Amino acid sequence: MKKTPLNPLHRELNARMVDFGGWDMPVQYSGVIEEHLAVRQAAGLFDVSHMGEIEVTGPGALAFIQHLTINDAAKLADNQIQYSAFCYPEGGVVDDVTLYRFNETRFLFCVNASNTDKDFAWMQQVLSESAMADVTLNNRSAEFAQIALQGPKAEEILSRLTDVLLADIVYYHFHEGVVAGVKMIISRTGYTGEDGFELYLPASAAVEVWRQLMATGAPHGLLPIGLGARDTLRLEKGYALYGHELSRDISPLEAGLAWITKLDKHDFVGKAALVKQKADGVQRRRIGLVMQERGVPREGYPIFDGDREVGVVTSGTMSPTLKVGIALALVEPAAAGIDNELQVAIRNRRMGAKVVRPPFVP
Amino acid sequence: MEFPEELKYTEEHEWVMVEEELAVVGITDFAQDSLGDVVFVELPEVGTFLEAGKAFGVVESVKAVSDIYAPISGTVEEINDDLVEAPEIINTSPYEDGWMIKIRMADAGDADNLMDAEAYQALIAEES
Repeated sequence: MKKTPLNPLHRELNARMVDFGGWDMPVQYSGVIEEHLAVRQAAGLFDVSHMGEIEVTGPGALAFIQHLTINDAAKLADNQIQYSAFCYPEGGVVDDVTLYRFNETRFLFCVNASNTDKDFAWMQQVLSESAMADVTLNNRSAEFAQIALQGPKAEEILSRLTDVLLADIVYYHFHEGVVAGVKMIISRTGYTGEDGFELYLPASAAVEVWRQLMATGAPHGLLPIGLGARDTLRLEKGYALYGHELSRDISPLEAGLAWITKLDKHDFVGKAALVKQKADGVQRRRIGLVMQERGVPREGYPIFDGDREVGVVTSGTMSPTLKVGIALALVEPAAAGIDNELQVAIRNRRMGAKVVRPPFVP
Repeated sequence: MEFPEELKYTEEHEWVMVEEELAVVGITDFAQDSLGDVVFVELPEVGTFLEAGKAFGVVESVKAVSDIYAPISGTVEEINDDLVEAPEIINTSPYEDGWMIKIRMADAGDADNLMDAEAYQALIAEES
C-alpha cells in the first residue's frame, strides 16, 4: 500500500488504518462522531496527501483546459479556484476536480486520490487526440503533501502560524505564502462545508507542519480527523463523492452538477452527449433523503414510491449532527419532487423517507 | 479490553449472563471497539423465538451493518429500550447498561457449551 508522508504520525496516534484506493489511511482516531462534531464546533486536521496534483502549463494551457473540462475556466482570475469535472465523450464522469489558476499559463488540478493515475492518463490522451500545442502536463502528486484544517476555529488557529492576512483570502481563492516557516499554497476550500483551508506543501515538510498545527490548535479543540468523519461531514452538506454520486455511468446533469456544466461555452469532451441529454431530459436525478422512520439508509439500498422501484441510494449514513438517517440517491425525475414521500428498502422492510434539497445541515 | 470472568462468550463476539432460566445477551468490549461508534440497533420483538446460531438483529456503526447472532435458543423475554434512543450505550457500557435482550432459554444446559472468559480472550488474541 502507498503511504503519505504523515503515515508515521497516524500510527503514533494509534489511528485505525484502512486501505483506501491503495493508500494506507486513517479511518478514525478517537471516533467518527467525536471527530465529526469537533469539525462542526471547533476544528479538525485532515491528512489528504493522497489526493493528486496535476499541473498544466504553457501558452496553450487555458485553451486545453477549456476543451478538457465542463466548467468555464475562462472565468477564473489569478489565484481563483473552480470546481469542475472531466467527462467521457458519452457524458459520464472521469473525475470531479478543483482547478487552480496561478496565471494565464499556469494551472493546477487537484484530483481524487483513487483516480490520479487514471486522470493523468486521460489528460494525456485528450491532449494527444486534440493535437493542441504549447501545453505541458506534469503529475506532481508525489511532490505535494496536503493538509486540510477545517472548522469555525480554523482561521484563528492558522493565523498563529503565519503573517499572511487570512481574512483577505476569500472562499475559493488561494494565496502562496509562508506557514510555520514553510512556503505553501493556502487555499480557502474544503470538503466539510465549514470555513477552512487546504494547505499544499512540500512532502518533506508535512510532518513538522502537522505537529505545529496540532500543538497550536489543540487548546482550541483541534482534533485529527479520519476518513470516516470526512465522509459523514461531506454527506451532511450534500457534496458528491466519485464512485457514489459520480461515475462513468452517471453524468453531471444526473448528479446535480448542472451548475458547473457550461453547455454554452465552446466545445469540450462530452459536450455533445450532455447537450443531447439536457434536450431529451435526464432519466435519473440526484436527490437528498431524510428518513422519517428509524433506520440507516446505505449505498445500494433500493428506493420505492409505493410499489414502484424508482431508484437507489448512492451514499447514506446516520447524520452525527441531526441524529437521523440521511442519504443522497438517484431516482426517476417523477419521484424527485421536494417533500415527496418515498420508501427506502432496509433489509426486509420499507421505511419512510422524505425528499429534500441538500444540504442536510445548513 | 475487558473480559468479565462471570460471563460466557461466543465466537461471534456476543456475551451471555445466565440468570436462572433467563440469558442476558449483549456484544463484547472487543466487538464494540471494532465497530466504532454505534448509531443504530435493531432488536427482535418480545415473544420472538430465536434459534441458536441464527442472526436475531443488527447493530450499526457509522460505516457498517453487523448481524448479531443468538448464542442459544429461546424466546425473547425483554429487550433494552434504552438502546433505541441511545445506541452509543453499547460503546460506553457493553456488558452492563448496553445489554440487548433477555432470552428465556429453551434448554438451561445450552449456556454450558459457550466459551469462558479465558477461551474468548485466547480467540481474540488469535484473530488479532
